[in-house]
Amino acid sequence: MLKIENLHVSIKGREILKGVDLQINAGEVHAIMGPNGTGKSTLASVIAGKEGYDVTEGRIIYKGKDLMNMSIEDRAREGIFIGFQYPVEIPGVSIANFMRTALNEIREYRGLDPLNGAQFLRLMNEKQKVVELTDKLSNRSVNEGFSGGEKKRNEIFQMAMLEPTLSILDETDSGLDIDALRIVANGVNHLKTKDNATIVITHYQRLLDYIVPDVVHVLFDGKIVKTGTKELALELEKRGYDWIKEEYESAK
Amino acid sequence: MKAKTSYAQKLSQFQLQAQPDPYRPLEEVFKCQIWNLDTTTLPMLNGWYMHKQQPLTRLENGVVFGSLRAAQESYPEIIQNCHQAFSHTEKDELTTLNESQYTDGVFIYIPDDVKVADPFQIISVVNTQRDLLVQNRHVIYLGKSAEMSLIQCDDSVRYSNTFLNVVTEVYMSENAQMHYYKTENKEKESELYNHLYVHQKGHTHFHSNTVTFNAGYIRNSIVVNLCEPFADAQLYGLYLVDKSQQCDNHIKVNHCSTDCTSKQLYKGIMDDEAVAGFHGHVVVHPDAQRTAAFQTNRNILLTDKAKVNTTPFLEIYADDVQCSHGATVGQLDDEALFYLRSRGISEHNARKLLMFAFANEIIRYVEIDALQERLGDMVQRRLNGELTICDQCMLSDADNRDFVFPIDPSRI
Repeated sequence: MLKIENLHVSIKGREILKGVDLQINAGEVHAIMGPNGTGKSTLASVIAGKEGYDVTEGRIIYKGKDLMNMSIEDRAREGIFIGFQYPVEIPGVSIANFMRTALNEIREYRGLDPLNGAQFLRLMNEKQKVVELTDKLSNRSVNEGFSGGEKKRNEIFQMAMLEPTLSILDETDSGLDIDALRIVANGVNHLKTKDNATIVITHYQRLLDYIVPDVVHVLFDGKIVKTGTKELALELEKRGYDWIKEEYESAK
Repeated sequence: MKAKTSYAQKLSQFQLQAQPDPYRPLEEVFKCQIWNLDTTTLPMLNGWYMHKQQPLTRLENGVVFGSLRAAQESYPEIIQNCHQAFSHTEKDELTTLNESQYTDGVFIYIPDDVKVADPFQIISVVNTQRDLLVQNRHVIYLGKSAEMSLIQCDDSVRYSNTFLNVVTEVYMSENAQMHYYKTENKEKESELYNHLYVHQKGHTHFHSNTVTFNAGYIRNSIVVNLCEPFADAQLYGLYLVDKSQQCDNHIKVNHCSTDCTSKQLYKGIMDDEAVAGFHGHVVVHPDAQRTAAFQTNRNILLTDKAKVNTTPFLEIYADDVQCSHGATVGQLDDEALFYLRSRGISEHNARKLLMFAFANEIIRYVEIDALQERLGDMVQRRLNGELTICDQCMLSDADNRDFVFPIDPSRI
């Protein structure tokens, strides 16, 4: 589904990603771990199509298509979803209006009829339950005045609404208490099918107790330096990242 | 002096209509399309109050409304009181011209303790082939603890050159409350000068919301005198102008007494070569301690040629005050644009959503639900480029066209 080959990315001339290789197949959950400032969020931003990131080498192939030629919105319409680490507040745009516009544009792109008001509201009610958002969400402005936990739940709610093929959750666990973490993780697990894939970017192993990965990668100094099973995450939890650093430095 | 010369030159091509038109039901020239809005309609045609039989209506609860000309015969002392309240207020030359030359206008009197639930609606329609000068003068008097709301609509039916010079005086006795809404959607040949003078006694609350969608040239000037303690004025405004349109908002709030509060929030979006101006002026007089006054003006320019002149201005002579002012001119938030696009929304629609959100902040302060909903729709259509003067007027929809809204934020 997603194939990243020798990806080099710079921000304002400074190289952040220095040759990332990654392959993700349908039905899989991958975790990308690593210390702060090693390029985890950069990887998510490049896949989303955010401006200011220069791909200097390599490529990202998604469902057989080169992502670099696609607009931000077309990537989303093709089924890519990023759960952001810091979701933006947009005062005055209601969540209902936001999601209805997004969903209907995606449907149009795929040659489907738009949802009418009643169908849309039914869908919203149903998906709100996935992340246990019980209060009336529809009239609230996007993320305005939301707590950290609410923002993250709102990200997973959007994921539930848009039913992406590839979801990348960037530090979704940061700033969450244990209850919110469980709710978010349950939401992600609930949405998992054999046809979609998830990348969980995280600093800690904690989230992986709830979202069990098939593969764990360690990103360090702009490269994937280690790949393993879920046991690797446990080992990292126990031993920290220093041994990875040492292994990497001595291999140089 | 230069300005005066240009007004004189301009005005020479326009003529006042000396007599009212023969009576016709308002529906023949204008139909308000806010179907769920119940108002007491006060129609003006070509500068004259339209009435079938009686120029003044007196209700059982003591409320009086109708033609100002007629009220001058029946209630001269109330009108005199109201004029008197502004005798020391600085006025511009167009107000002076209006004082000496006005044809007619609306008179509304709300007695003490009467709270009028349904809004009054002044609908000023211009329907003539001639180049018309309209000089209207409205007088509104609220007794102690009286409450009312007023919607003032300026609409055009025919394409013609018009010059409208309208003065509205509002007198608010102690504890009175008033909500004032001004909507403007004029054809490009029109010039509209709208002056509002508000006199507020103790513990009064005045709220205004001025919404401009289309204009040849529009100047809204508001002067508020907070004359006794604990008077409060909240002034909101929105202008969405494009092509070569111009819209100016001049506001002056005089804090003459202690413990008064005022807030100004004006926002605008300028497209093409449109020019807008915000001139907000707050004067805190020497004895007006514990004043709280806030001014904000935010603008979005969509092109390099669009222009806004903004001058928020505080003049403070008291020392125990809380005042702030600020103005911004900018583009849309890139982070928000990215976020919306990352969910599959096209850049075009993402911009529209953000512009709507920006503008709708002002509409959200409208407290009449049906009007708020309709204005929200109008903003949407205006930003979609669907609302033009071909709709004939801001609130009417004579050809009953159905519009399809790709985004409909008001319904869900």
